[in-house]
This record gives sequence, C-alpha cells and structure tokens, in this order.
Amino acid sequence: MPLFFSPLKLYRGLKKTSIFIFLFISYIAYSAWVYTDGTNTVRAMNEKELAGKNIYQKNNCTSCHQLFGLGGFLGPELTTAISDKNRGAVYAKTFLKFGGNRMPNFHFTNEEIDEVIAYLQYVDNNASTYKNNK
Amino acid sequence: MDHKKIGSLFIVLGLSSLFLGLFFGSIGGLQYLLPPFLKEQLAFQKTRPLHVYLVINWIFTSAVGCIYYFLPTVAGRKLYSIKLSLVQFSLQVLIFLIVVIFFFAGKFSGREYLEFPPWITLIILFSWILFMINFFKTIPFKFNDVPVYIWSWSTGLIFFFITMTEAHLWLLPYFNNNIIRDLTVQWKALGSMVGSWNMLVYGTSMFVMEAITGDKKVCRSKTSFFFYFLGLTNLMFNWGHHTYIVPSSPIVKEVSYIISMTELLILGKILYNFRKSYVDAKLKYHHLPFRLLSFSDGWVFLNLVLAILISIPAINLYTHGTHITVAHAMGATIGINTMLLLGSIFFILDEMNESLMEKLKKYFGFSIVLLNISLVIFWLSLIASGIAKSIGMQQNNLFAVIMDNLQPYFKVFTASGIVVMLALFMILIPVLKTFSKDILLKEK
Repeated sequence: MPLFFSPLKLYRGLKKTSIFIFLFISYIAYSAWVYTDGTNTVRAMNEKELAGKNIYQKNNCTSCHQLFGLGGFLGPELTTAISDKNRGAVYAKTFLKFGGNRMPNFHFTNEEIDEVIAYLQYVDNNASTYKNNK
Repeated sequence: MDHKKIGSLFIVLGLSSLFLGLFFGSIGGLQYLLPPFLKEQLAFQKTRPLHVYLVINWIFTSAVGCIYYFLPTVAGRKLYSIKLSLVQFSLQVLIFLIVVIFFFAGKFSGREYLEFPPWITLIILFSWILFMINFFKTIPFKFNDVPVYIWSWSTGLIFFFITMTEAHLWLLPYFNNNIIRDLTVQWKALGSMVGSWNMLVYGTSMFVMEAITGDKKVCRSKTSFFFYFLGLTNLMFNWGHHTYIVPSSPIVKEVSYIISMTELLILGKILYNFRKSYVDAKLKYHHLPFRLLSFSDGWVFLNLVLAILISIPAINLYTHGTHITVAHAMGATIGINTMLLLGSIFFILDEMNESLMEKLKKYFGFSIVLLNISLVIFWLSLIASGIAKSIGMQQNNLFAVIMDNLQPYFKVFTASGIVVMLALFMILIPVLKTFSKDILLKEK
C-alpha cells in the first residue's frame, strides 16, 4: 500500500529553485520584522541629537571610535563616554575642542560640540545591553 | 575587443586598487605606532576608509573581471554585450577616482565601510545593473541544471544589489532617527554584503578548480549544492553577531547564533576531507593556481574556527571591539578572498603567457610562501592584541594605558603587515605588467 506522504519523494521533487525561493521569502519576512518590531526598542532622536549624529558621520568619527563595539580602534569606545566616571561630558568636550595626541583638531564650534555631546548622551541613555554586559 | 580583454581590464583595475589599498593600510598601521604621523595632513580618519574601500574594490572588481573572462566559456555562447561591459568599466573607473578624491578631501558619509557620499551609490548601483543585464542575458536560464558556480555568481550579483540598497536605508528618517534600528540594519546589510562578494569569489574559484581537475561532476553534486544553500542561509541570517550588544530584540541574537553554528558542518567537512586535500595539495603543489587555492583552504579553516568562536555570545562579549574582529576580517579578505582571486588570476595568466609563468615559477612560489608566513604572524599578532585589550578592558584600565600596553603587539602587526604588503607587491608588479602588455597587444 503506497504511503500517503513520502519524505524521499518530497526530497527528490524539491528543486533547487524551490529551495532558493523558500529561503528568499524567509529572508524578506525576517528583514521586514527587523525593520519594525525587532528594532522598535528606543525613542527617536530629537533635532539636536540628530544634528550631533550628522556631525559624527560627516567627520567620519567611526574610523577611530566605536559605538556598541562597532567602528575603529584607534580611539576609545564612546557608547558610555558620558556616564563613565573616568570621562564624562566635560572630558569629551575638551577633546572635541582641542583634539588629542591621536585625534586631530576638527575646529568644531561650541554649538557643534553641544550637538555631538547630545548625540553621545542619547546613545549612552540607550546602551542598556552594553551596560549590563559591562 | 573580446570578453577576455574586458575581463583583463577589470582585473588590472582591481590589482591597482589592491596596490593602493595595501599602501594606505601600511600608513594606517604606522599611525597606530606613531599617533602624530600625518595626523593633520592624512589622519587615520582618511587612511582607514581609503584602505578599506580600495581593498573591497579589489575583491569586487577582480571578481567581476574573472566572471567576464570565464562567463562565455561557461555559458557556451558570446557575451551579451561588449558595449555594456565597457560602459560598466568606465563607470567603475569614474567611481574609483571620485571616491579616492573625496576621501582625500575629507568628504564622508561616515558610514562604516561605505564612507563615500551616498549619491555615489547611485552610480555604483547603475553600473551593477549593467553587469546583471550582461550576466543574466549571457547564461542559460535553466537554473535546475547549471553547475553550482552559476548559482553562486547569480546570488552574489543579486545580493550585492539588495544589500547595497539596504545599507542606504539610513537616508530615510524612519531608520536614521532610531540608533538601534540604524545600527542593526546597517550591520545586517554589511554582513550580507560580505556574503555576496564571497559568493562571487567562491564561484570563480569553483570554476577554476573544475577547470584544473577536469572533474565536471563536483560542481553539479548534491554535496556542493548542500554547501551552497548552507552558505546562502548564512549570508541571509548570520549577521547578528556584529550587533550582539546592540539592544535590538534578543531574537536577532538567537537567530544569528543558531545559524552561525551551522558553520560547524563546513568545518566538519574540511576536517573530513583533510587527508584527501593534503594529498591533492602535495601532488599538485607545483601548479601555482592550485597552490594558492590550497593556501586559501588553510585560511578557510583558521578563519572558520575564529568565526565560530566569536559567534558564541559568551566569547563575543570579550572579543567584540578588539583587534580579534580585525584578525577575522584580514584572514577573510587576504587569506581567503585574495588567495582565491590570485589563484583565478594565475590560472588566466597560465593561459595568457605560459612561458613567462614557467620562468617566474620559483619567484612567485617564494612570494606566495612569504605572503602566507607574514600573514600568519600578522593574524596572530592581531589576535594577541585583541586578547590583551580585552584583559585591559576587564581590569577597567584607562584607554591610554591599554594603548600603551598594546604597543609591542602594534609593532609586530605593523612590521608583519608591511611584509604582507611587500610580498603582495612582489606578486602584483609582474602580474600587472603581464595583463597590461596583453591588453595593449590585443589592442594593436
């Protein structure tokens, strides 16, 4: 008596294109979830924080600094730079104003420095997993 | 003008890109040792993107060149359009020049690995569409019957387009205004983009391996397709280890961890085949393309072990944000991608100028061994530097103290990095000369 369901037959019938299509649809569904619920964990940035982020990007700060461990290693990790007891906002402002041994002087205005600090504060406030891991 | 000349043009552009990329990489290494070195004129903020862009450009451009070179042979028909490929090549040269000029001028988008201004991406995507048209119009559309390298190339082509677009979603406020979404999607795109270029490079080397051994069955076997689909699954879902400490949903971490453990199957296969690979490598060691492919096998093994280890969250916690990540990147781009691409390029050179290859066999053989020995030292020093940094971080040392303690490791990785560069220069210079001569000869 023939079996109603034959795994071997199913495997033989499974074409490479079907496997590809199945994986591709899964990828799209997973991407959609990542874009929405998977990353809906923090509030959106305000204008000042966003301006700080733009300055951070335009000057390619990621070449030397990391946020959440992502970026270059020549400068210190900045995820918790503001709440760090050894650093803090004033310390960060000094580097932004004058540069350092490794860091060039970017000649930021006071307003730009405040915006970068606001951005780093936003990152710090949302670094729950980073702080827990520490 | 034929498809082989088009392929050679792309390869020359790729080799030139590698040449410059290595140079800027060495300057970056020196800046670790001597922080004030060129700090105001050509800061690390510029040398790092120059190095990264040029090396990635080497991988993509040379892979495209090899595909153009082999494609009509694989498809059994002429390339769909030489004109399209020439337009694509001209655009690639234009992009190359614009990006380098913009980096020197300090104009950045500030997005890691894709630091050039976003409008340049439109030209990149347009040139890629031209490549896709040429590729898909040339190959036969019977996907269930074609060898695995056609699947691999097709996947690389499609996913580069998807991931390059995805990497620019930050231009939309919905993504840009939320740091967690922005970082997660950025690294999702970049992780999969690496998978896309791996597909292009692996496809090329699978074709070369088939041509060297003459065994047509391997690239049509169920095992090959099983590992292709395993690679595809990893390309799609195994990017989350980049963002383990980003506070997105924990499911991202769990999916990535489960998928990354499937890499153990690849590791198992390498170990299972070790004896056969070793015997084959010994038998065909005299054949330079085969030798390069064999060295890349060793790098696949080393890098896979490292990748699996850093995918384990409890280990990733200590390795993340250290040079262990750089060791993984260098092992993959130089040890695997560069070795495979050079293997394919040497295979082409064999066809192009066999007598010259025979004459330079010892010279190339020495350069390849020097490259691999210096790369092992470079790779180990990066790992050692990462471990030392991680210990310093656990002890809550100040950043300046950690950097001071890392100086001996920086000395080793800068010195060995310079030897890697010199060994590659030794290989690149005669290769570039031969390709350039061939292009000029055909032109006449």
